[in-house]
Amino acid sequence: MIRTEEMILNVGPQHPSTHGVFRVVVKIDGETIVEAKPVIGYLHRGTEKLAEDLNYTQIIPYTDRMDYLSAMTGNYVICHAVETMMGLEIPERAEYLRVMAMELGRVASHLVWFGTYLLDLGAMSPFLYAFREREMIINMINELCGARLTFNYMRVGGVKWDAPDGWVDKVKEFIPYMREQLEGYHELVSGNEIFLNRVKGVGKYDAETAVNYSLSGANLRCTGVKRDLRKDEPYSIYDRFDFDVPTETEGDAYARYLVRMEEIRQSLRILEQCVEQFPEGGEILGKVPRNIRPPEGETSVRIESPRGEIGCYIYSKKKPQPYRLKFRRPSFYNLQILPKLLEGENIANLVTILGGIDIVLGEVDG
Amino acid sequence: MMASLLTSAPSLLNFLIFFVLSALLLGAVLGFVTYAILAERKVLGFMQLRVGPNQYGGRFGLLQTVADVFKLLIKEDVIPAKADKPLFKIAPMIAFVPSFAVLAAIPFTDRFYFTDMGVGLLYFLSLTSITTLGILAGGWASNNKYSLLGAMRSAAQMISYEVPLVMSVIGVILFSGSLNLLNIVEAQSTVWFIVLQPLGFVIFLVAAVAELNRVPFDLPEAESELVAGYFTEYSGFRWAFFMLAEYVYIFATAALTTVLFFGGWLPPLQWVPGLGFLAYIPGPVWFVMKFSAVVFFFIWLRGTLPRVRSDQLMEFGWKVLLPLSLANIFLSAFVFELFFK
Repeated sequence: MIRTEEMILNVGPQHPSTHGVFRVVVKIDGETIVEAKPVIGYLHRGTEKLAEDLNYTQIIPYTDRMDYLSAMTGNYVICHAVETMMGLEIPERAEYLRVMAMELGRVASHLVWFGTYLLDLGAMSPFLYAFREREMIINMINELCGARLTFNYMRVGGVKWDAPDGWVDKVKEFIPYMREQLEGYHELVSGNEIFLNRVKGVGKYDAETAVNYSLSGANLRCTGVKRDLRKDEPYSIYDRFDFDVPTETEGDAYARYLVRMEEIRQSLRILEQCVEQFPEGGEILGKVPRNIRPPEGETSVRIESPRGEIGCYIYSKKKPQPYRLKFRRPSFYNLQILPKLLEGENIANLVTILGGIDIVLGEVDG
Repeated sequence: MMASLLTSAPSLLNFLIFFVLSALLLGAVLGFVTYAILAERKVLGFMQLRVGPNQYGGRFGLLQTVADVFKLLIKEDVIPAKADKPLFKIAPMIAFVPSFAVLAAIPFTDRFYFTDMGVGLLYFLSLTSITTLGILAGGWASNNKYSLLGAMRSAAQMISYEVPLVMSVIGVILFSGSLNLLNIVEAQSTVWFIVLQPLGFVIFLVAAVAELNRVPFDLPEAESELVAGYFTEYSGFRWAFFMLAEYVYIFATAALTTVLFFGGWLPPLQWVPGLGFLAYIPGPVWFVMKFSAVVFFFIWLRGTLPRVRSDQLMEFGWKVLLPLSLANIFLSAFVFELFFK
C-alpha cells in the first residue's frame, strides 16, 4: 500500500474561476475533493449597517453594488419595500419602465453567466458572443439612466429618468435579434458532446435538498419546483404578462443551464408585451413626500432577481433613515450548498459546480 | 542534393553545410512560431468578433509577437525561493530540445530533408515523449500545488494518448511498407492515406491534439482550474521556452500529419484524369498549403470547443481510441491483403 497524503489547496481569492474575491479551501486526495470550505467576506462593505445612517434615496446606489450584474432588481427591491410601507401609488409609465429595465437586466445577467460559465469550461468564443449581446443591452440601459453598471435608476415612487425618444423601438428591434442569437448559442453549445459530458449529472441534488438549503432562482427550478415570485406573488405589473416559468427535473448543472437559457426567452416575451402595452406619455414619478419617512413598523418584501429571491426587510421608526435594514441576498443563500455538492467530486468539477450556482460576490458579501 | 550529401563521407565542409542549413531551419521555425501565434490571435479574433493584435508593425500587428518576445527577454526571471533550482532551470530546456530535434525527420520536399532515416516515424514519435519529462520536472520543481497538478495531468494525458497515436499510424505503415517518411510520401503518389485510412486519420488527429495539449485537451494548463498548470511559476524567458516548445510541436505535428495523410509535397487527385496539370505547381507550395490547413484546423478547434474533463479524457483515450485504433490495424491488414496484394 502506498502512503498517500491529503493536500490542502486554496482556490482563490485570486483565482480565475471564482468570479471575484472568493476562496474555497479544498482538501484533496489525489484529484478527489474530501472537504471544501468556502471563505467569504473579502468584499464585505457593511451595506446594511451603512444604510442605518443614510436616508432612503441614498441607500439606492448601495444596492447597485450588491448584485452588480443585475442592479435594477436591487434598486427595485428597496424602492418596493419603502413604497409598500408608505402605500405609494406608482405611475403606469414608471411601472413599465421598471419592468423593462429589470427584464433587460435579467437577460444581461444570464448572458454574463452563460459566457463566463462556458469560459470556466474552457470554451472561449461563447463568452465573446454573449458579451456582444450584453453590450447592446448595457447601451440601451445607458441611454435610459446614463450608467452602464451601477444604474441608480429607480426612486421611491417611480424612476428618475424617462425613456428617450425611440428607446422603446430599440428594445423592440432587439427582441427578435436576441431570439435569433439564442438559437445560435444552442447550436454552438447545447448539443456539444464535450459540454454535455461535463455538465450532465454534475452537482446533482433533489427538490427536498434544494428547499432545505433555501435555494432559489434557477438553482431551485432546476429540480422541478415551479416557483417564481413574478408568478407566485406578482409584484409591480407582472400579473399583466403572459409568460412561463421554466423548470427541469434533473437538478444537475445541465438543468440549471437549460433553465437559465429558457429564462432569457421568457424575459424576451415579457419585454415584447411591455413594448406593446407601453403607455404614451404620463408621469414617471408618483406623488412622494419630500421627506421620505415610512410609518413606524416593519415590513419585508421579496422579488425575483436573476439569481433567486432577493428580499428587503425594513424596520422604520418614522425617521428618514431606517432603524434596521436587511437584505436577503440570494447568492449568499445559494452558495451554502457548495460544500455539500463538492464533497467527493473530482477537482475538475469544482468550477463546473461553483459556476453553475451563479454567484455574484458583491451580493454574497453584502 | 540532400541525398548525395547525406550519403557522402563526413567532412568539415559537410558539417558546415548542415550547420548552416539547420540554422536556416531554426530561423524558419522561429519565423513560423512568430507568425503562427499572430495567425492564431488573428483567426481567433475573427471568430470571436474581435480585431486581434493591430498595434505593432502596421495595421496587421505584424510585429506584435516580436514585441512580446522582447518583453519576455527583458522581464525579471523569477525563481521561487522554495523551488528545486537546478531542476527548475533545466526543465524548459528538456521540454524544448526534443520539439526541435524531431524536425530533423520531416521531409519537406523530395529534395529538402535533413535525414533519410529508416525509422523516421519511430524517431519522431519517441522523441516527442521526452517533452513530458520536462513538463513533469517543471511542475515538480516549481513547488506549487497547481503546477504539480498540471504536471501530473500532463504526464497522464501524454502517456495515454501516445499509445493510440502510435497505433493509429500502423495502418499507414502497413500500406506503405516503410517507416521512412520519404517512402511514406512516395507511396501516396496516386491516393493519399487519408482516403485509405480514414479511421486511422481521425484517431491520429484526436491523439495529436491531445499530445499538443491544445483545446479541447488543454487540461495541463486549464486556466480556469489550474491557473496556468505546470508553468504557473515560470516567468520571462523560461516561460517563453515552454510556449516555444508548444508552438514548435504544432509545426512538427502539422508537418507530420501532412506527410502521413496528405501526401506531403505531392499534388492532389492525380488519379483523376485531366488534373495532371496540378503537378506543375511546385511541391513546396503544396506542402505549405496542406500544412497551413492543418494548423488552421487546430486554431479553429480552439475557437469552438470547451475543455474535456480529466477523467473523461483518460476514459476516452483508453476505452475509445485504443480499441478503435486496434480495430483499425486489423481492418487495414484485411483490406491490404484482399485488395492491394
